[in-house]
Amino acid sequence: MTEYEHYEAVVVGCGPGGAAAAARLADHGVETLVLERGTEAGSKNVSGGLIYAEESAPYTIDDLFEGFREEAGERPVTDYHIHNIAENSVKTYDLSDLHEDDTDWCDAVLRRKMDSWLERRVHEKTSETGGGVLTNVRVNGLLRDGGEIVGVTCDELDPIKADLIVGADGVNSELARDAGLMDWEEPDEWFQGVKAVVDMEPDVIDDRFDIEPDEGAAHLFSGDLFEDVRGGGFLYTNEDSLSIGTVFHLDSLVEQEAEPHELLDALLTHPLLAQWVRDDYHEREYAAKLVPDSKKVAHEEPYRDRLVLVGDAAGQMQAQGPIIKGMNHAVTAGALAADAFVVTRGNTDSEAVGRRYAQMLEKSGTMDKLRPRRYEISRTLGERDAVTNVVERVLESPVGSVAIGNPIANRLLKRAYNSPFLVSMLPDTKTGYVTLPSIIGEEHGRSIHWENEIEPPTLEERIGDLTYDTDIGNPHIELRDESVEASGAAVHACPVSAEDFGGGCYRSETVATNGSEETLVSLDTQPCIECGTCAVVADTDWEHPRGGKGVEYREG
Amino acid sequence: MVEGSMRSIVLTKGVPDFSEGAVSFDEDGHLERGKTPTVMNPNDGFAVRAALQTKVRHGGHVSGMSMGPPGYADVLKEAMGSVYTDDSYLLSDRELAASDTWATAITLSAGLEKYQEEVGEIDLVFAGFKSADGETGQTGPQTAWAMDWPIVTHVLALDIDPDERTLRAKRLVEGDRDEIETVEAPLPCFVVTDPEFQPTYRKASHRLTHKRLRAETEERAADHDDHLTTWSQEDLNLDPDYIGLDGSPTIVSSVDPIPKAPSEREATMVDPDEETEMSEVLEEMQPYAAGAGD
Repeated sequence: MTEYEHYEAVVVGCGPGGAAAAARLADHGVETLVLERGTEAGSKNVSGGLIYAEESAPYTIDDLFEGFREEAGERPVTDYHIHNIAENSVKTYDLSDLHEDDTDWCDAVLRRKMDSWLERRVHEKTSETGGGVLTNVRVNGLLRDGGEIVGVTCDELDPIKADLIVGADGVNSELARDAGLMDWEEPDEWFQGVKAVVDMEPDVIDDRFDIEPDEGAAHLFSGDLFEDVRGGGFLYTNEDSLSIGTVFHLDSLVEQEAEPHELLDALLTHPLLAQWVRDDYHEREYAAKLVPDSKKVAHEEPYRDRLVLVGDAAGQMQAQGPIIKGMNHAVTAGALAADAFVVTRGNTDSEAVGRRYAQMLEKSGTMDKLRPRRYEISRTLGERDAVTNVVERVLESPVGSVAIGNPIANRLLKRAYNSPFLVSMLPDTKTGYVTLPSIIGEEHGRSIHWENEIEPPTLEERIGDLTYDTDIGNPHIELRDESVEASGAAVHACPVSAEDFGGGCYRSETVATNGSEETLVSLDTQPCIECGTCAVVADTDWEHPRGGKGVEYREG
Repeated sequence: MVEGSMRSIVLTKGVPDFSEGAVSFDEDGHLERGKTPTVMNPNDGFAVRAALQTKVRHGGHVSGMSMGPPGYADVLKEAMGSVYTDDSYLLSDRELAASDTWATAITLSAGLEKYQEEVGEIDLVFAGFKSADGETGQTGPQTAWAMDWPIVTHVLALDIDPDERTLRAKRLVEGDRDEIETVEAPLPCFVVTDPEFQPTYRKASHRLTHKRLRAETEERAADHDDHLTTWSQEDLNLDPDYIGLDGSPTIVSSVDPIPKAPSEREATMVDPDEETEMSEVLEEMQPYAAGAGD
């Protein structure tokens, strides 16, 4: 084999998972190289986003990075509510009990600010042990020797060998796929989130949300404002902006042929929002991201040879009912992977580190949070169509509505929402997301008649406001099958495409051939925001753009 | 040779900032030097990149050197910012004013000799391929001649072998992009880079070094004066007859403005498929083609 550069550890991706792994490795004195494809860490990342520090977690981000909350975070969440919506009728529950369960603290974050801060800390730490962080480098695959994974290959650098490879390359991990650990097949294993970051002066935020400058609010939305699409909305307060977004099951988006940007607009223009945002609506950034459903895809053995996966790359994103926790688990996983490497260093079996890492994930209770056993049991019943339909019919009947609508039920419902135990059992059906919240809204809700003055930008304007460094002549996605059957879903589901919109990634076009007309799907990757939706719902060859190329998020 | 002990010099000069918004012309279209800021010659930027590549790959020391008025210290500071030079040497004296390329080369070679005596043996000298104001492209080759060192021009790619004390370069032949030759030269050597020169950093360690140098330089460039050495004519021990205006054989007799192309021209449209019309065109062109066969 050719003489390649060698590092003790190579960490791919400098989000919270990669940063935690690299920092912990450096703390152990391990020579660590971190490769990040963004022009700066955070420029490729999107979150809702709240980051949690759980009391039960072995590691939290502020354990590993002193000053994190002051320097990298926005506002702490001190106020937590869920709104059940049935048209103009809204029933609001205080979710503080659920939110505070096992929570040491929880802050809103914007990823460009957060991850770029982490990148600088990681570079300082890893430089001391002979490594460092390199940006604008895309790792495109695994280096193998005799079939065994021994390093990584990159677009911008010669191959690099390593004793440990940490795949922290996010939800669309190319390493996880190269290793055969994750696939891109089933829409029901994914959520898709879209988000708008909205300008708002700090004192206006304090005033409209009735909070102090060092406090923050989190609001969740569910019910019928998204028609029958399974999912919900959120609003978090940052220091001088709001993060407002929606998260939906990808299979539901596909089935309902829903346009993600329109669902976001449905939330933005609901009368409920008028209390916080007036006609001064100015959107800084539109963004989107796929979210793995850890209940289904969190890998029980996220390793192969010297490769270990952490964070989204390993499906470690806990989305259960109103709880959405990803970054904290990535941090735990990254730090544990580093510890696993140190205790198994020198072991001739290259998978020793991976096995130890998986054990640590299990022992620390992380795996049970990601894949609760309670859910495994209830899912087998709850997600069968027959069961759902029966429950739906009962709930929608006068009897069902009255049952949920009586005053005792109101108290119980609040308690149920605030029970981590019950929430972890919620099956992923229309019942939990749409039917139940809208009945609650209808029966217990109070009608609101505020005039919503928000005029969301068009999709064209949203794309126009994003920053791109296009890799001209080198598209990163290729459409393998242009037929509507294979790839037509992307026209709707892609967050920067829409039916009858010519400026997006995916368009359906009618082509005349030999006297007959045929509708085909075409692709232009220029507006791509690299969420990965089309990799799941269309037939594509999907890669990330080269280092530094493609979309650059300023907020994230 | 000990690794990391390569020593390079980057020759640079200040030129008027011809960029839009910065440059100022008077009513007659003459450049107003006083109102136009001085910047590092843009073509030196390519030399700077080659010097940086050498430093990143092989370590060592890079010094910036320039001849010019005291204000050129800012040009050397700019070079420090982009090439991450370790220090700067300015050859500055009233006696040096109005030097042509020949007198400049004599002065620069004296600067290089003094540098070798007082600072250290030089392995490589990098120069830009021409200045944005004079556009002669002579100073680099003349300085190499004065030093009696080899020179490789139009360099597109560069590899140094510090152990063998040689360099291997890909260079453009006659400026034709389609013809590229590979040459080898012993050190010390002059290298003139082509604008097409692209530094390559395919190793992670190179990029980490690059990043470290950038961080270190930011601090250093902030107090550039502490890293600047100025040598006068006396320091360089130069004979006044060979420098400045007296030492410059070039005589610029006059400067003619470039006449503007006439805005109106006569044109006749000819269909290339029309034989008669085309033969008329050929007949018209015949007199101008005369001499081609002589």
